[in-house]
Amino acid sequence: MKVTDPICGMEIDSEGAMGHLEHKGENYFFCSDSCMEKFRQNPEKYINSGSTSSKELIPEKKQVTALTGFSNKADYLKLEIPIIGMSCASCAVTIEKSLKDVAGVQKASVNYANQRAHVVYDAQKITSPDLLKAIESAGYQTGGAVLRIGIKGMSCASCVDKIEKALKEIPGVLKATVNPGTEEARIEYLPEMIQLAEIKKTIKDLGYQTVQIGDEIPEDREKMQHEAEYKKLWRKFLLAAILSVPILIGSFPEWFPAWAAVPQQTRWIILFALTVPVLLFSGSQFYIGTWRAFRHHSADMNTLIGVGTGAAFLYSFAATFLPGLFPQNLRNVFYDTTAIIIALILIGKLLEAKAKGRTSEAIKRLMGLQAKTARVVRNGKELDVPVEEVLVGDIVVVRPGEKIPVDGIVQEGSSTVDESMITGEPTPAKKSAGDEVIGATINKIGSFKFKAAKVGKDTMLSQIVKMVQEAQSTKAPIQRLADVISGYFVPIVIVTAIMTFIVWYDFGPAPQLTFALITFVTVLIIACPCALGLATPTSIMVGTGKGAENGILIKGGEALETAHKLTAIVLDKTGTITLGKPDVTDVVSLNGMAADDLLAMSAALEKSSEHPLGEAIVESADEKGLKIAKATDFSAIPGLGVKGEIDGQTVLLGNLKLMESYQIDLKDVLDESRTFAEQGKTPIFVAVNQRLSGILAVADPIKEDSKEAIRRLKDIGLEVIMITGDNSKTAEAIAKQVGIDRMFAEVLPNEKAKYVKQLQQEGHIVGMVGDGLNDAPALAQADVGIAIGTGTDVAMEASEITLIKGKLTSVATAIQLSKATMRNIRQNLFGSFFYNSLGIPVAAGILYPFFGILLSPIIASAAMAASSVTVVSNSLRLRRFKATE
Amino acid sequence: MRLDQIIVSISGLFLAAGVIWYFFLYKRKTVRAEDTEGVQEIKISVKGGYEPDLIVVKKDKTVKLNFYREETASCSEVVVFPDFRVRRELPAFQNTVIELLPDKVGEFDFHCDMNMIHGKLIVEE
Repeated sequence: MKVTDPICGMEIDSEGAMGHLEHKGENYFFCSDSCMEKFRQNPEKYINSGSTSSKELIPEKKQVTALTGFSNKADYLKLEIPIIGMSCASCAVTIEKSLKDVAGVQKASVNYANQRAHVVYDAQKITSPDLLKAIESAGYQTGGAVLRIGIKGMSCASCVDKIEKALKEIPGVLKATVNPGTEEARIEYLPEMIQLAEIKKTIKDLGYQTVQIGDEIPEDREKMQHEAEYKKLWRKFLLAAILSVPILIGSFPEWFPAWAAVPQQTRWIILFALTVPVLLFSGSQFYIGTWRAFRHHSADMNTLIGVGTGAAFLYSFAATFLPGLFPQNLRNVFYDTTAIIIALILIGKLLEAKAKGRTSEAIKRLMGLQAKTARVVRNGKELDVPVEEVLVGDIVVVRPGEKIPVDGIVQEGSSTVDESMITGEPTPAKKSAGDEVIGATINKIGSFKFKAAKVGKDTMLSQIVKMVQEAQSTKAPIQRLADVISGYFVPIVIVTAIMTFIVWYDFGPAPQLTFALITFVTVLIIACPCALGLATPTSIMVGTGKGAENGILIKGGEALETAHKLTAIVLDKTGTITLGKPDVTDVVSLNGMAADDLLAMSAALEKSSEHPLGEAIVESADEKGLKIAKATDFSAIPGLGVKGEIDGQTVLLGNLKLMESYQIDLKDVLDESRTFAEQGKTPIFVAVNQRLSGILAVADPIKEDSKEAIRRLKDIGLEVIMITGDNSKTAEAIAKQVGIDRMFAEVLPNEKAKYVKQLQQEGHIVGMVGDGLNDAPALAQADVGIAIGTGTDVAMEASEITLIKGKLTSVATAIQLSKATMRNIRQNLFGSFFYNSLGIPVAAGILYPFFGILLSPIIASAAMAASSVTVVSNSLRLRRFKATE
Repeated sequence: MRLDQIIVSISGLFLAAGVIWYFFLYKRKTVRAEDTEGVQEIKISVKGGYEPDLIVVKKDKTVKLNFYREETASCSEVVVFPDFRVRRELPAFQNTVIELLPDKVGEFDFHCDMNMIHGKLIVEE
């Protein structure tokens, strides 16, 4: 028999119920123990509301308004669903069919142009998730916004069902899944139909609490945890430091006659009493850590400090309370050692925590850049919505001084935008219709509207954050040795300490036990595995973070390490050295024609052509505001040029070969055209009615910073090589202008990788800089591929370094940064190897036979604390990295 | 050599040998990730070490690792899977899910930020 649980409203089988209770002659069945317990405590409450509880499952019918797009009529609801993955108009038909097949759908039309489905359906019969299923079964995805809400107060499994069901009934909710484990609901919905508040209300109405979860919350929690941890450490340190003072004074009775008058054992008991709180409170983490690691057959820094201080304390304890065990000369206590070591290590940890926090500042700053809200236009009205609710295609309004919420393309208005936080470029960029804007950048003056193109995890900021995070998880190959060593380090140090003890006990001077114990403790304390472990990761964190600040994304430790070893760098000409956008540089008119007329005439002819050089001519005429006539009888002569009629005159436009084939006399301009070619420009001849009228020179202008960038690359010691598909004459001219000595010209796009390989065979470690799709194989072939400009995803994928701003000087900066980071890592690794390999033998007393020098364990602990702080601080120096011009 | 010195030497050497055996030679137990609906899931408690720390999974199937850090000691606050390019902070007393897709057979180490606490993901065919 089917029954309803009176507590949670779940429908269950009476046979399979978890339990049942009888109340006032009625039987009640329950899905879980907790529901049964609730009922037992207050049955009246649930019986009386029993009839309404089933109603609660269906939320109140939505208020329908024009704004939300709901029809006022009857129960028919109108829904607009964004669809992803429609690649052709016929897809629309497929989806329409699939929607219409759902019983309860009255009308369905799919618009391919705006990628949306419009559905009118009977809300009594079906819910929006049903429509979604139909779309998915046709093989397409819906483009709803995704929301995660934390839910508190879910006591049994049936709550999940109840909430999911209620959420799915809200028109506009496409999918709803509730995870009781993480106590959170994931809701896919159509933001134009629903406000966040409605979803929250629905959950609250069911009797649960909602909690905001967003990306910034866990991070705040992390920050709070770090702060709490820091405060705890600080309190531990304070106690240890304060108590260390009397313990230290008390350990030297010879300096204080009054104190010396107190019997020795009484003194020791007082010292013991002072040391115990230091051990139990301040030092507890070392002992707990030692034990926990020990259980896992591993040993770490805690083990060294725990065993070291523990040994000193236990010896002192025995000498204090069981002096009979020791001969007179061995009765000694080391309470001061125990307490001071703990205090010093703690202060080291405090400083280290502070410094370590700073290594990840760059990425935290990047994450903090994300705008929280956006002003979007929906149904003709401007709405402030959380940035997570912005959809692709939304029109977003940005006012002066505001942060741009997501990536997109400007539709109307113009402004200047400060993009320095993403690109590292200090000068604000001008933006007008058609320009791309990047989320998280700041609008300066002027306001504009833009169409959202990338949202959520696809925005450039999210991509950058992801890439930097990934990079920071990697290691440089140079770390491998340190890793191998640190894996064996602690147990080896313990063995060394034991051996030291034996040697001092067997061969040392009297009192042997005391010396053996001191050296044993000192060896354990001085060894610092932390410095080894921190050496590379902290440098990479700071280095990659610094790169991101400058618009340089480095894929990881390996890329850093290879980049600093480069010997040659290949620059693709188009788009890397040059702007990649040809421009008319010279207009030379002949035979009485005005320069502007020549340009206008050429533009008229080229308007019908699709050649990139033609585009440059048209653009140039447009810029000058010239009136462009209409060409008739247009024909393109492949590889040569174009021909057409303008105002009754026959016009020819093209290269030398075209002119020759029409027997046009060129002798007046041959010198000029040769000069153009030598300057790296392409000459274009124009003839009107079989008579030469002039030459246009078109060139792809060199980027402003190319020359400087190439000089800087040469200063670093790299051989700079240009690669291009241009003819050798033009290529040579460009190379000469920017100061490049070696080049590969007339290279087909798919051959670029071959030339990179050729350089590698010459023994070069090659970096390749390129921007486009056809560079991807060459970027991948190179030891370090550097994608320049916002470029294509493929280029980014194939490259080790991405330069967000298309500036060539960033290549030099990136290589300098990699050199600086690698130098930093080497310093850290050398420092920590040197420290440990020098410190441990000295601590073991190797200098004692020769110079009588024996290290105090207190000095050892100070050195140990200082060493890891030094490593982190050294890494932080990288934050001050500045590229040398 | 005095008797006490002989005793100290011999027991010291035994102790050293014990340290080497305990930390290096002891064979640890492996645990296989549970396979539910195509996802291999396992809970790993983090408390001075990873429990379990040797995890066997199948190739080409999503692995969901639920790390639960049961301490505030900063040593274990970050877990790194260098081969999968994952570095994640583990907030204390909280579940942190790390999803990986092992596409190669082999043994892949994971460890804390300082490479002191170790675990291994063993990927089998």
